[in-house]
Amino acid sequence: MKSGLLQRDRVFDFMTPKKVEGLDLKHGTVLYMEDVSVTFEGFKAINQLNFYLNTGELRCVIGPNGAGKTTMMDIITGKTRPDTGSCWFGQKYNLLQMDEPEIAQIGIGRKFQKPTVFEQHTVFENLELAMAGPKTIWSTFVAKLNGEQRDQLDQILAMICLTEEHSRLAGLLSHGQKQWLEIGMLLMQNPLMLLVDEPAAGMTHQEMDRTVDLLTSLAGNHSIVVVEHDMEFVRALNSRVTVLHQGAVLMEGSMDAVQKDERVVEVYLGQ
Amino acid sequence: MGLLRMLKNDKGGQIFLGVLVATLIAVPILHALPTDHPLHLSTYMVTLLGKYLTYALLAVAVDLVWGYLGILSLGHAAFFALGGYAMGMYLMRQIGERGVYGDPVLPDFMVFLNWTELPWFWHGFDMFWFAILMAMCLPGLLALVFGWLAFRSRVTGVYLSIITQALTYALMLAFFRNEMGFGGNNGLTDFKDILGFSLQDDGVRVGLFIASGLMLGLGYLACRVIIQSRLGRVAVAIRDAEDRTRFIGYRVERVKLAIFTFSAMLAGIAGALYVPQVGIINPSEFQPLNSIEVVVWVAMGGRATLYGAVIGAIGVNYAKTWFTGAFPDAWLFALGALFVFVTLFLPRGIAGLFKHSLLRKRAKV
Amino acid sequence: MRILTIIFLGLWLNSAYAAKVNTGDALLDAAFDTLLGRDFVAKEQALNAIAQSGHAKADVLIQGVLAGNLKLEKQSRRLVFAEKQGRQFLATDALNGDVLGEFKKRKLKKFAINNKLRRFIRDLIATQNLKSPDPGLRLRAVQVMLANPAAEHAARVEPLIHAETDEVVKSTMQRVIALSHLNADDPKLRLRAIHQVSGSLDPSVRNQLADLTAKDASPEVKAAAARALAQIDRRIAWFGHLETLFFGISAGSVLVLAAIGLAITFGVMGVINMAHGELIMLGAYTTYLIQLVLPDLPGLSVLLAIPAAFAVSGLVGIGIERGVIRFLYGRPLETLLATFGISLILQQLARTLISPQNVPVSNPDFMSGLWQINSVFALTYNRLYIILFCLLVFAALFFVLKRTRLGLEVRAVSQNRTMARAMGVRSARVDALTFGLGSGIAGVAGVALSQLTNVGPNLGQAYIVDSFMVVVFGGVGNLWGTLVGGLSLGIANKFMEPWVGAVMAKILILVLVILFIQKRPRGLFPQKGRATEH
Repeated sequence: MKSGLLQRDRVFDFMTPKKVEGLDLKHGTVLYMEDVSVTFEGFKAINQLNFYLNTGELRCVIGPNGAGKTTMMDIITGKTRPDTGSCWFGQKYNLLQMDEPEIAQIGIGRKFQKPTVFEQHTVFENLELAMAGPKTIWSTFVAKLNGEQRDQLDQILAMICLTEEHSRLAGLLSHGQKQWLEIGMLLMQNPLMLLVDEPAAGMTHQEMDRTVDLLTSLAGNHSIVVVEHDMEFVRALNSRVTVLHQGAVLMEGSMDAVQKDERVVEVYLGQ
Repeated sequence: MGLLRMLKNDKGGQIFLGVLVATLIAVPILHALPTDHPLHLSTYMVTLLGKYLTYALLAVAVDLVWGYLGILSLGHAAFFALGGYAMGMYLMRQIGERGVYGDPVLPDFMVFLNWTELPWFWHGFDMFWFAILMAMCLPGLLALVFGWLAFRSRVTGVYLSIITQALTYALMLAFFRNEMGFGGNNGLTDFKDILGFSLQDDGVRVGLFIASGLMLGLGYLACRVIIQSRLGRVAVAIRDAEDRTRFIGYRVERVKLAIFTFSAMLAGIAGALYVPQVGIINPSEFQPLNSIEVVVWVAMGGRATLYGAVIGAIGVNYAKTWFTGAFPDAWLFALGALFVFVTLFLPRGIAGLFKHSLLRKRAKV
Repeated sequence: MRILTIIFLGLWLNSAYAAKVNTGDALLDAAFDTLLGRDFVAKEQALNAIAQSGHAKADVLIQGVLAGNLKLEKQSRRLVFAEKQGRQFLATDALNGDVLGEFKKRKLKKFAINNKLRRFIRDLIATQNLKSPDPGLRLRAVQVMLANPAAEHAARVEPLIHAETDEVVKSTMQRVIALSHLNADDPKLRLRAIHQVSGSLDPSVRNQLADLTAKDASPEVKAAAARALAQIDRRIAWFGHLETLFFGISAGSVLVLAAIGLAITFGVMGVINMAHGELIMLGAYTTYLIQLVLPDLPGLSVLLAIPAAFAVSGLVGIGIERGVIRFLYGRPLETLLATFGISLILQQLARTLISPQNVPVSNPDFMSGLWQINSVFALTYNRLYIILFCLLVFAALFFVLKRTRLGLEVRAVSQNRTMARAMGVRSARVDALTFGLGSGIAGVAGVALSQLTNVGPNLGQAYIVDSFMVVVFGGVGNLWGTLVGGLSLGIANKFMEPWVGAVMAKILILVLVILFIQKRPRGLFPQKGRATEH
């Protein structure tokens, strides 16, 4: 079941992100962050950060604690407003002028560091809530699942291996299962860009492998930013790596190059 | 059909609606029995039950926002009282020349204050439909404006509770002022009739009781419809993980605002039904204690069940009636102890006990 | 009308008899003879002569002329004090005090005076008093002059001012001189006087200037007086604002006192204590009970009540924390409900055990009275003490939290409970003590409130909403925020009151705070940092 769903040669229609209207990607870059700075009470969490993500790229962001990884995601998703700088999604959307729901609606999905699912809802309901589509009050009030949507839900359920648990309360799931459910919810949103914060935390090796498979299969159609501490996981993703340090980009390159870099070693091992 | 499907998973709701319908049928019959019959129900009891039903509707409104949306509103007494005032204004206008001062238009207290003209906001309240509309719209409007301000700036949790309480308190102070034009301290009272029927008439009393019961049933079903919809699931999602809900693209503020406003309107209707039965509305209805008491009814009955709110409202108020008759001084002790007891030992309320035993029975089978 | 009659009567009697006064003192005889005459100018001189005679009874006699009870007994030609007794007059010799018996009215002769003379006598007495060795009498004398400004005062006071030793008397004398110049005949003198008094807050100066503005002959003087008047009014208005500010600060201090305990339990511990108002109430009742035990020593009992109330409310607070709140940490809404229940129980306890009515609490002497800074600006001592007390409590609390071991532990637990526990802080004990501290402060606030408002079962309820507003407005978890928040709400309230009335001001404040929280949900002084973001 699991292998079949994750085969690269099979592309499910729902895994092709919907077209975002007016999103101009002809320059090949989906995310621009330029000169972004954020200060928390004198502490520069993000300092003159420049970050670009290509369309369809899978990018890992690593860095020691307090390097600004989560804050960077907060800025992209509208949770934190930077003091200076600009942040654009494609050529059209100025993310700094939008709030969280708007940003989510234009196709940026986020998985939190600590898995947050709706604990009092069943697994099925969690996915249903996350499903792409109009999310105004009235349309939510009258919403009914059609067959197509139900199929899509079942497929995702299978993909995250929670078919058996579909009517269990999400609060009763194990930590790893919650991580998967959250990834499933992310997929239900069908976003163009995914921000995944520490997906491997609390996962077994097997689960990690599956996550790697999933993420790499999503790349291409989706642009993905993965923040991770687990170096093995990052290595397995085999993508470009950005190292953050003290709120700015220390270096970018392949995992091998990064690991050989003296500055990075110094940052991680301490002076 | 849709109704049955909706109640399929709501065992408590089925029982509640069954009991409600039975009561609505039984009470008028028992009341119609001759007075010396052992099962005869006095008019006083009918009115008391009617009052309980309006409280129950208020509790359902509070449970909708607290149980399902996570907003602990300490302002629902204000919505209830506003609805009550709207109805009170209608009843005041119906008195006409039968007031102490015999002014055909001005209510007594205005004559007493030497006012010569009806204030603009009293116009229209001589029409029943307008008063009912206002009983819904005024609380709704207040909730809309207040909610828009509060939810937009993401005031949540205890902060929200405290400022809803401050709002209610401010309204209480305002209504105590004679200049406001709502009778000040004494409020509105000495009502004579409603829709042309005397309020003292037994039939009208029974009618008001039935109206309260019907509105409670309708209110319950309306809340059920919301909760069963995806909107209801979004509400629970907001309650449990507000940020997450935002990040999957829901406009949390608007969902809160819509449900909060709806709940305020329900509370307003409850207030409008309450006033003709108790015969008075005054600013003490805005007291902070009243709002919190409603919350305790809900906590007692069990939050996030709706029917639990009904159980709590009727149970606590029955106890109140009994206590204030038997041991008037002990009531506040009992109520205070109830607050502590429920929060410490009965976090899921009576309905929680009920559900628990139900689950255990199922597990045995 | 009556005065005219007297004068007429005097004149008529005078023409009928030409009796001479016989006192045994030639100077007095001559002077009183003149006083029986019609020449009012001569009468003034005669009175002056009596005053300067140095006669031991001169003052009494002059007073008698003014009061009208000094009369001439026609037969013996003695000066007597006559007191009406039924239809007769009881006469006593004015010089030696012998009782002479009853006389018919027509046996006695009055010394006729008119209004002008009356004023003259008053001034004369005042001038006499001006020379008295008793500074109190001297002060009263100049104050009389101040109250009845006249041009001739200046001449009377000026020779004395250099010898005057008492500062208060001296400055009052200067005011008398300036005032009397305002009445001078010479417009130049008046102008100079206006210049001198400009800025004075003396109500008599203001009255004089208003008079001049209205009806002075010289337009120049009129204009100058108007300017001076405007300046005075500006100063009075300024002091009026100062007074409002003072009222505001004292009202704010009450708010701060009521809220500061809450700032600890709510701000530092995150516990919503709806029974906070009742803990204040307990403090107030403690004051009442101590006064019952020590009814004759209101001052001492209030001082004793401060530690006692701290102990009572603090212990009750610890009881609430140990008995209820500790089971509800992390469930703020439930805490709110449970503590509200406790507040109901405490209220009802006060009703059942003491009285459902308000109880009287007396103020010690040092709390009553005024500190008169100038004639338009005075501070009442009770408000002044409340402000000082509030600052004292604030400082003490600040010290406890910033400089003691307990404070350190409290701050540690409030920031990171698990870490604090790992470092060996007994968090349960710290919770209980913190809550006790906050509750104890509430009790102390109750002592202060007992001196300002009615003490009754509803005392707490009246303050709980305000207290929460202060804490929320100032910013949760910040003592400075509570101080600034409380004071600014108090001041804003008092400045609004004259415009819209007390109740409306309160409503407006509530609405403004609600709106403010929309704009800045974390209050004036938010707790910053990443920790609060998640």
